[in-house]
Amino acid sequence: MRRVLNGLAAAVVGLLAWQTLVMLGDLPPFILPSPMRVAQAFWSNALVIAGHAAVTLAEILTGLVLGAILGGLSAVLLAASPLARSALRPILVLSQAIPVFALAPLLTLWLGYGFWPKVLMALLIIYFPVTSAFFDALVRTPADWVGLARVMGARPAAILWHLRVPAALPGLASGLRLAAVYAPIGAVIGEWVGASQGLGYLMLLANGRAKIDLMFAALIVLVLITWILHWVVDASCEWLLGRTSA
Amino acid sequence: MNLPGRRAFAQPQEDGVSSCFARPTAPSVHFSGRVRVGPATIIGPLALEVGGGRWTCLLGPSGVGKSTLLALLAGLDDHLSVEGELRAGDDAPLAGRVALMAQSDLLLPWLDVLGNVTLGARLRGERADLEHARQVLDRVGLADHAKSWPATLSGGQRQRVALARTLMEDRPVVLLDEPFSALDAGTRARMQDLAAELLVGRTVLHVTHDPAEAARLGHEVLLLTRSGLSRVEPPATRPPRAYDAQDTLGFQGHLLRQLLEAR
Repeated sequence: MRRVLNGLAAAVVGLLAWQTLVMLGDLPPFILPSPMRVAQAFWSNALVIAGHAAVTLAEILTGLVLGAILGGLSAVLLAASPLARSALRPILVLSQAIPVFALAPLLTLWLGYGFWPKVLMALLIIYFPVTSAFFDALVRTPADWVGLARVMGARPAAILWHLRVPAALPGLASGLRLAAVYAPIGAVIGEWVGASQGLGYLMLLANGRAKIDLMFAALIVLVLITWILHWVVDASCEWLLGRTSA
Repeated sequence: MNLPGRRAFAQPQEDGVSSCFARPTAPSVHFSGRVRVGPATIIGPLALEVGGGRWTCLLGPSGVGKSTLLALLAGLDDHLSVEGELRAGDDAPLAGRVALMAQSDLLLPWLDVLGNVTLGARLRGERADLEHARQVLDRVGLADHAKSWPATLSGGQRQRVALARTLMEDRPVVLLDEPFSALDAGTRARMQDLAAELLVGRTVLHVTHDPAEAARLGHEVLLLTRSGLSRVEPPATRPPRAYDAQDTLGFQGHLLRQLLEAR
């Protein structure tokens, strides 16, 4: 409760500072609109913003789920098979040298202006953090646990499934927390490059028409989505792993 | 010994006898040769004899390779290069007949007590015998904690769960790697009694650096120092020996002196 109050207080102070800056600096609304104007733009366009937000949210969630599944499976594969490790790991690391943002025009070229290039952008952005956080945890299973399991007659596959994967779930959780913050970035970049709906599209549109107040409204909604997403992922990981914290 | 609660989880004598009949005699274990760990460290040459159905304490200071020998017997020898022979007295393979109990209880925090006790079956893809697991938990005095999470247990309780997990494996050879060394003195004495009672009839190799523990528990006591492996004659009394008996205390002092002189 106290934390929430502190957060609210900080937000109010921030808004006041913003309003004061606009009033004292006599800034025109097409450079920096006041919070009041942004709020007005938000109310008068609430339905439009909500529609675009729903599209972006769907892209983010789909990318997040697919990226989590794909990243999780890749990490398990890398941990299970030395062959996969030696073959794929250099490619994975090298692929990180490619700025994912630069791929967005290509994805639009190949997949069009619809839903999937954005999902793919979100997926690409979160794939590596999820894979690498989970993989790092998978290869750090305490040696004594593995030794005990081997003495008990467990095969490597059973050790992986019953021991290494559950022991590495906190690692996967920290990967997912990062992913919750990164996925919206991917979706919005995808929308910037080419889209007919979504918050990123709305922001470009508003920017082009000098409706900076609308742009800010869309931006604030995006921030809220990201913040709530991170909170939900964090809380569910916490809840799911809570009992395992020794 | 007048230990509170001990009678509560002690089983009737005939149970121990019947399980002795049910199980073929626990084999002796022999190793002779050298073990190389990395390029520099060599243990041995030495000849290790672990009597069948007896409790053998391997006493020695840190860093002489006690745990390495234990890993060798457990079959966890990937990182070792072994020049010599490891065999069981009945010449059948050791693999699959060994259970291990380590200094750390190695309980999995995401499984409850019952899940931890039946871990071996789960890892081998077998059906866990929950009925038997509950009986074993009863014998270690944790019948009420079957559904508890490890994080809620005390150090002594956790090590009793580890003992139950070891008993659940029902292997004739049991390797103990200082399993009681992290417990406080009272809990340790109780755990020693409990383990001695429940592991009777099995071939036990118990690695320890505590002369008091070796003096209480060993049918045989082997001393491993940098100069090699030697046998020390224990008192004639049957283990677990009373911790305050003259012969136990005398033997304990004797072992400590040997340890000090060997360094």
